[in-house]
Amino acid sequence: MKIKNIIITFVSAIAILFSTSVVSFAKVVGDKIILGAAISLTGKYSSNGVHTQNGYNMAVDRINEMGGVKVGGKTYKFDIIYYDDESNPKRAAQLAERLISQDGVEFMLGPYSSGLTKAIAPVTEKYGVPMVEANGASRSLFTKGYKYLFAVLAPANLYLDVAIETAVALNGGKGVRIAQAFEQDAFSQDVRLGILDAAERTGSKIIIDDKLPKELNDMAATLAKVKAVKPDVLVVSGHTKGALTAIRQIAEMKVDVPMLAMTHCDAAKLSKQHGKNSQYALCASQWHKTLTYKDDFFKDGMTYAADFEKLFGYDPPYQSAESSAALLVFKDAFERANTFDQKKVRDALAATNMQTFYGNIKFAEGGQNVDKPMVLFQVMCDDAGKCENKVVAPLKWASAELIHPIPKWSER
Amino acid sequence: MDFLIFQVPMLTLQAVLDGLLLGILFALIAYGMALQWGVMNIINIAQGDLVILGGYIAYFMYLYGIHPAWGVIVSPIIMYFVGVIIYKLVINKVVDRDLFISILATFGISILFMQLMNFAFGADVVLANSGYGTTMLFDNSVTLPNSKIFSAFISIVFAIGLVIYMKKSKLGRAIRATAQNARAAKILGVDTEKVYAATFGINAALCGVAGALISITFTIHPYMGLPYTIRSFMIVIVAGLGNLPGVAMSGMGLGVFEEFADYILGTEFRIGSVFLLLVLILVYRRFKLSRKREYLK
Repeated sequence: MKIKNIIITFVSAIAILFSTSVVSFAKVVGDKIILGAAISLTGKYSSNGVHTQNGYNMAVDRINEMGGVKVGGKTYKFDIIYYDDESNPKRAAQLAERLISQDGVEFMLGPYSSGLTKAIAPVTEKYGVPMVEANGASRSLFTKGYKYLFAVLAPANLYLDVAIETAVALNGGKGVRIAQAFEQDAFSQDVRLGILDAAERTGSKIIIDDKLPKELNDMAATLAKVKAVKPDVLVVSGHTKGALTAIRQIAEMKVDVPMLAMTHCDAAKLSKQHGKNSQYALCASQWHKTLTYKDDFFKDGMTYAADFEKLFGYDPPYQSAESSAALLVFKDAFERANTFDQKKVRDALAATNMQTFYGNIKFAEGGQNVDKPMVLFQVMCDDAGKCENKVVAPLKWASAELIHPIPKWSER
Repeated sequence: MDFLIFQVPMLTLQAVLDGLLLGILFALIAYGMALQWGVMNIINIAQGDLVILGGYIAYFMYLYGIHPAWGVIVSPIIMYFVGVIIYKLVINKVVDRDLFISILATFGISILFMQLMNFAFGADVVLANSGYGTTMLFDNSVTLPNSKIFSAFISIVFAIGLVIYMKKSKLGRAIRATAQNARAAKILGVDTEKVYAATFGINAALCGVAGALISITFTIHPYMGLPYTIRSFMIVIVAGLGNLPGVAMSGMGLGVFEEFADYILGTEFRIGSVFLLLVLILVYRRFKLSRKREYLK
């Protein structure tokens, strides 16, 4: 009798344990598809981490409101488990491991930045967990042969490609002289490789090639060299810090260059800190609200921007838009796969070919989006000192004409 | 492109001037470090973070429409009290201990400050605009931002002011007495506890001034403190404790050295070259020290 009781207790204990673990080990609980994401909510990427999270959340709410995801004749809603990766790659990899092996997540959304995506990708790859990421553009992510990594954004080496081509076109097809300064991080160095490619293709010459250390907040030496050798194009990429430092010191040192091309220079931020000094800077962007791409969920860029502002109280940066697009890609892939089998979802993701408000999305072998060109905008200010980003290239979406060459400081 | 600096003479002048202006600012931070190192025997790893916090004070004044130059008055006042509070909470517990303990403690303060600043002010890079314009020399071939000239000028004013204060005031004399021999000073009636608190406060205030100046010449970010700590450490090591003209000279020397390293070795080696120099100087000192010991035998 006693032994029977013990056996019953033991068996039921195991049954309870098993049933609870089944619940917590499912990626689809009831009518919910649970996605996992490690996001930088603290640490040095926290502002862009929040933009990413806002983009994800807005898309989740929108897709759920508009009927959710239909798989196998049943409707599911999205839900996301977030963890704070503290802007630390090691932590991000640990959290990915935890999301997959403890929380049982079977589909992942990407973190913010190339560095953190690089840390997470080997983990998702190991477990065969499809990850759609929206904020890791480094080229090296797409050359490692990852099968489960998909990026909705254009790779980093294409960021400023357009600028060099535009400069060459304006120079009558002849090569130009390029001065460049790039921070020493994965992303900026990829942008640099893109410029080297473009220079070779167009017969342009690189006459200054500086690498900026991460801690640097003084570019005076680079700019003094630029003043001395007078290049046709100055290219700077070093996240927001690089953009802010460059604009400040170019204005202070009165450096005249016909074209200034940068990354991470959002007019709102630049003009808030620098007023009209930021005028005429060319800026590479994944997305701009005036682009005319369309989808059923967010309609178009302008509507997306208005809705986003209503929710979060600020104009959406492209980091938010691309994050929202990642959810649209997942929804589309789930519905086409019509199952939650990871391998089939992965195949459906690989076959993605769609348009979203953010741009066309079609993945190459390596997982990068090859169907969406970068846009280039120029910071333009009115007399009152209010500055705006105006798209100037590619010409198809241009809302303003490129001002070239940049007027000299003595004439401004 | 190598050694462009020697082909264009104006670039050499530009590098020297930029380096000197930068170096004077470094020297101010290093002076604070030398002061509290000498008096309390504490190497403050959080030095750079105090600088950044001072910068944020000026930045917030700027944000609320006050000219950031006033930061050089307001920031040290606030930072003095921040310094005294840090002393009362943490430093007074490690002041007589092993140097290693104080390094650990201030390292902890540094991490705490970085995270708190990130939490309170966000991770965006910010700066304050002074609108001071530019001085152009030699037909615009050498340009000096007036904000840098202003920074150097203010740094010199504060450094001289502090030297006079240390010489003439009662507290200054007490600080110097404590630095020479804390026990003897105590016996003679100096409240060393108070002296320590004031010293740490003065150091924080100097960091506040430097931070305000950095916010109008460069950029401010919660995680940007460490390079300032390293530079001031380096300047103090070169100059030696209690050698004020030495601090000023080695500060300016380091500024010029950095600029030249940038031109000759490349921008990527700029901060690396500071570390390299630090190692070389430490090795040299060690070598000299070992020679001395042999001689004493």
